[in-house]
Amino acid sequence: MSELFAKLGEETWTVLSGVLFAIPYLAGYIALILVALLIWNGVKRLLTPKKDYSSLKTVTFGDESAVASNTVASVVSVVAIFVLWGMFTASNWVPGFLHVPGPHAGEGEFTYTLTAEDGSTDDATVSVLMPGQGEEIPDAPEVELGDGFAKNDSIVVEPFRSELLLFDGNDETTRRDGAEVTAINGESIERGGSVSVGFGTVVMTDRGTLNVTPNQGLQMEALYLPPPEAVWQTAKDIWNDGFRNFSFAEHLGFSIFRVIVGFLLGAIVGIPLGYAMGLSDWFRGWFDPIVEFMRPVPPLALIPLVILWFGIGEEGKIVLLFLASLWIMAIGARSGVSGVRISKVHAAYSLGASKWQIMRHVIIPNSLPEIFTAARVAMGVAWGTVVAAELVAASQGVGMMIMVASKFQATAIVIFGIIVIGIVGFAIDMLVRMLERWMVPWKGKG
Amino acid sequence: MSDLVIDKLSMRFDLPNGSSVQALKDVSINLKKGELLSVLGPSGCGKTTLLNIVAGFLAPTEGTINLNNSVVTGPSPERGMVFQQGALFEWMNVRENVGFGPSMKGMPKAEKREKVDHLLDVVGLGDFKEKAVYELSGGMQQRVALARCLCNEPDVILMDEPLGALDALTREKMQGLVLKLWKETGKTIILITHSVEEALLLGERLIVMAPRPGRIHKEYNLPFAEMGVGADLRQVKKHPDFGTTRDEILAMIWDMEEEIMGRTEAAS
Repeated sequence: MSELFAKLGEETWTVLSGVLFAIPYLAGYIALILVALLIWNGVKRLLTPKKDYSSLKTVTFGDESAVASNTVASVVSVVAIFVLWGMFTASNWVPGFLHVPGPHAGEGEFTYTLTAEDGSTDDATVSVLMPGQGEEIPDAPEVELGDGFAKNDSIVVEPFRSELLLFDGNDETTRRDGAEVTAINGESIERGGSVSVGFGTVVMTDRGTLNVTPNQGLQMEALYLPPPEAVWQTAKDIWNDGFRNFSFAEHLGFSIFRVIVGFLLGAIVGIPLGYAMGLSDWFRGWFDPIVEFMRPVPPLALIPLVILWFGIGEEGKIVLLFLASLWIMAIGARSGVSGVRISKVHAAYSLGASKWQIMRHVIIPNSLPEIFTAARVAMGVAWGTVVAAELVAASQGVGMMIMVASKFQATAIVIFGIIVIGIVGFAIDMLVRMLERWMVPWKGKG
Repeated sequence: MSDLVIDKLSMRFDLPNGSSVQALKDVSINLKKGELLSVLGPSGCGKTTLLNIVAGFLAPTEGTINLNNSVVTGPSPERGMVFQQGALFEWMNVRENVGFGPSMKGMPKAEKREKVDHLLDVVGLGDFKEKAVYELSGGMQQRVALARCLCNEPDVILMDEPLGALDALTREKMQGLVLKLWKETGKTIILITHSVEEALLLGERLIVMAPRPGRIHKEYNLPFAEMGVGADLRQVKKHPDFGTTRDEILAMIWDMEEEIMGRTEAAS
């Protein structure tokens, strides 16, 4: 047990130090937000006449209702994301002077001092060739060996990489003979130590070899984060040529189809179930334990079981999404029914309505706002679940696109997929909201 | 012939912890057709319980209620109810709300429409027939509730603090409207209120109830409702008897509240 706590503590420390590393970037981002605010305030002051008394009305701080989303801030925020993305990936879309420093490119050299077993020393020069990003990787250049027992070397280091220098491959006396590198550029070094050489760092490994690491800069390697134009290109390629035997429309269509069918089945079963639970103590007693148990189980946890039972085809995915929406819809319908004001039911009774008429004209319309809220949540959960299910196993779908692409390190496709998933999720939410405004305009106004 | 006979009504609520609360004890009221009774009392005296039993939403532990010589066993359209607020159906517009009762009975559309429009004109909402109820002010919503109740042509109208949530000015206007509707339609009305002035103004008869157990404390027959029909209610309030009766009842209720407070303090 204490071992576990020790492990957890260690992990926590790792996480915290990671956060510490991120703090300068976060501070920079916050500074960016504030600078943009200052600039916008300046622009606004220029645009509006100076003798405007409404500008004196400053007592809105703390008045939540006075806070509406600032469109300018939203636009700047989105633009900033793309600009930052471009800056850190050396994108063509962003002017070069904005690019953050990339990995060091060009030529460099350093000398190492080899000390033979008998104490005599000799210096040799290492020429380091560092091609820039996107350049062809050349062979290591020929260099004059020079005199003395340590001979000159040359080495090529690809961008974002470091290279092990087998310095004694050509030396007359080697580590096997007891020779040892004792200094780099005149600065003494031991095994495990490192010396900065201007264009980068030379590390002496525990076995006595030298490892050359050029300055990495702040840019992201395309493998981890491709520049925006690469993602755009990928988007166009997938749009035109499809991906893995299916067109983009088919991938997206399959994902959305699964969500809609699964959600509809969940609603068709869940809403009557919720009504039954809201109207009959027997049904509530019967289903309460089941619903309350199943509700906190994340649908993702059901994926393995669903795959075992139904396989990886459509059936399994739709069953999974059905289960994901079922409980949400049942609970929404139940609280919609129990949320009816008793005075409304009483009023309907004293106006001569029968039980069925009360159901039809009072309880069902009264529960609609709650059902729409549940539908929004259920659609959101279903969308998240379908992507996850496709990540596990599928032959088409947006989640499958990401999963396959990540296996081939096609990061641009992964990012494109994430953007598509975000946009579709947002669109689904907007659609349900519009439907809600149209169908239950009285929501929140009772 | 007495139209609404409330006979020795008692109501006891059994609480989950085994004890019970006597909400009403031996309440008897005889109400003739067309009488307007207002019921007054401190909170917890069982006014609303009484109304809910008359409406048929609750079954009394003892006693009976007779309306037109038949025993009341449940809610029915012959006893209409007007609630404080929030009993309108937001999913229907004003016209549909008012026409709810006739719709449930399956009244032909044209006939229903004519009736609804007439009632909306009577309560002064002629220009708001197509509005959604949540777009109306509180006073207008209560006008809709009154019209909805009247549209169903009940014999008795039960009003549970119908004007309780309105501002003073709107309330005064609505009191005038209630009196006008009462006189024009000749309905029997039981009105529950917290306001002594309202009870005096609107009640042809007035019952003051006392709490624990809820019972009838004192009964009055009052002239002010008759006086107030079509007249300025502020003038009625200036009547010397109005002031004295009001002070008498206020003192009575004050004493009851004091007693409740004292008892609670002694118990704690």
